[in-house]
Amino acid sequence: MMNDAIFTRDRLINLALIVTTIWFIWFAQHFFDEYTIRIINNVAIFIILAVSYNLINGITGQFSLEPNGFIAIGAYVTAILTVDAEGMLYQYDIEDPYPWILALQSNFGWALFFSGTISALLALSLAFPVFRVRGDYLAIVTLGFGFIIRILAINSPEITNGSLGINDIPEFSNLYWTGGMAIFTVIAILNIIYSKYGRAMKAVRDDEDAATAMGINTFKIKTMAFTTSAFFEGIGGGLLAALLTSISPDLFTFFLTFQLLIIIVLGGLGSTTGAILGTIFVMAGLEYMRFLDEPMSLFGFETDGTPGMRMVVFSLILILVMLFAREGLMGKKELKDLFKKKKANK
Amino acid sequence: MILEVCNITKKFGGVTAIKDTSFSVKSKEIYGLIGPNGAGKTTMFNIITGNYQPTEGAIKFHGQRIDGVKPFKIVHRGIARTFQNIRLFKSMSVLDNVLIGFDYQANYTYLESIFRLPRFFGEEKRIKKRALEILEILGIEQFANELSTSLSYGSQRKVEIARALAANPQLLLLDEPAAGMNPNETHELAELFFKIRDQLDITILLIEHDMKFVNHLCDRVMVLDYGKTIFEGHIEDAIQDEEVIKAYLGDFKHA
Repeated sequence: MMNDAIFTRDRLINLALIVTTIWFIWFAQHFFDEYTIRIINNVAIFIILAVSYNLINGITGQFSLEPNGFIAIGAYVTAILTVDAEGMLYQYDIEDPYPWILALQSNFGWALFFSGTISALLALSLAFPVFRVRGDYLAIVTLGFGFIIRILAINSPEITNGSLGINDIPEFSNLYWTGGMAIFTVIAILNIIYSKYGRAMKAVRDDEDAATAMGINTFKIKTMAFTTSAFFEGIGGGLLAALLTSISPDLFTFFLTFQLLIIIVLGGLGSTTGAILGTIFVMAGLEYMRFLDEPMSLFGFETDGTPGMRMVVFSLILILVMLFAREGLMGKKELKDLFKKKKANK
Repeated sequence: MILEVCNITKKFGGVTAIKDTSFSVKSKEIYGLIGPNGAGKTTMFNIITGNYQPTEGAIKFHGQRIDGVKPFKIVHRGIARTFQNIRLFKSMSVLDNVLIGFDYQANYTYLESIFRLPRFFGEEKRIKKRALEILEILGIEQFANELSTSLSYGSQRKVEIARALAANPQLLLLDEPAAGMNPNETHELAELFFKIRDQLDITILLIEHDMKFVNHLCDRVMVLDYGKTIFEGHIEDAIQDEEVIKAYLGDFKHA
């Protein structure tokens, strides 16, 4: 039953996957054009966001709508830490920035770390009132939280430059940063899922009373999942800020959360593999379906360009997926489970 | 005395579910809680496991009061339970279900699991080995990697018992373990409980309707009716007792 060998089949597959991904990142950085690299960057960041969002929503089964709030915090923290004082004084038109805002400076690595940590701390303070009660309160509170963060960002120009946002953020995000962080996030989240903590999270999702009856502190487990999720969303936000080079409160509306929700539901709630596939499908799909908006000839018919046509097609695809794969592309299965199934069929 | 239930009263609004009930369970005893439907048996279980707070009275485990202690902490102290309607973790394998019971006994931190430090592997290996041992005692080790819900009803019951045993209890509460089983399976189950008591030194408190099963298994029983104790003692005397017959069959003179 127990496999003591260092190189088991599963581990070899994992290693091969990681090496392939790293090689792909290197290859993309050197040989792909700027447009493709941009899309891959976007996909990598959204993989971070989707996989961590899936931890609280899919694995732990606590329906929450928080990502836009934590992504905003992560983005602003990274922006404030990486834009230099001179640039800030030049940009902040509405009010002069607080002196301590000017004094806060760090390199990009630390900026990302602080983005994650501050998001996580905020999540922790939210968790205490929210997880004391059961039910869908988390969804309502986190929905409100997203709005509050946005309004705070608009109304504290001394810190965030209000609705003008922060521009000229140094473009630190490249494929090595985004891809590297995506690999790290996926590995970290998978390591959590395949540990006693991940098992406890799934137990809370399946039956909270039974989980308590097995000696699991459900409050603690839910808080852990929520905080971890916020940590990585903060980092994702930081990477996003450094990729876009300019951020404003309008970037972090509920639509962002909605997009992530579509991704994880499409991929399969509770499956990390599904979250990754969903991200690639949605992000790259939306980008490469742009040709639908342009004039084209279909079976001899010439059509005019219809802006928004790709959204229509995209919605149709979503509906079809939901009709024929009710649980999303992967259901609750991971890549590993697919291999197992094949073996059993042989 | 491993468990002492002292003058417990539980009211839900105006309804008194349990009224001034006391009993105590000796170490390594199999104690039965019987009574007609709605007598308050499951309520009593929920009070012992901390899911409900008693309106009055106290629960003592090894002489220490446990009423008011959080349910998951009561499990850590050594009381585990199964449910009347099977409540397995549906998306998980049988082995993972049992491993949940080991959750508080696996000694590694969150960061150790994220970075896969040596202690993670050591502890996971240890609890997996013990989980498989428990599955073997119950004779369901061949299903370890099956999805829990794909098993037959009888095997699912056993998985639930395995899961409770994994929590390393001294006192095991079983809510109608033989419900929905045929006589053969019931007999097998009774042998299993003797084995659990004798080999693992676990005291068992169970709710059951099958009188033959209770008669075969229990050292002592308590009969509840509408939240009141109407009998406590040996099962042979219980079936002779007029109050008990009245509660079960209705009030008519010597049919």
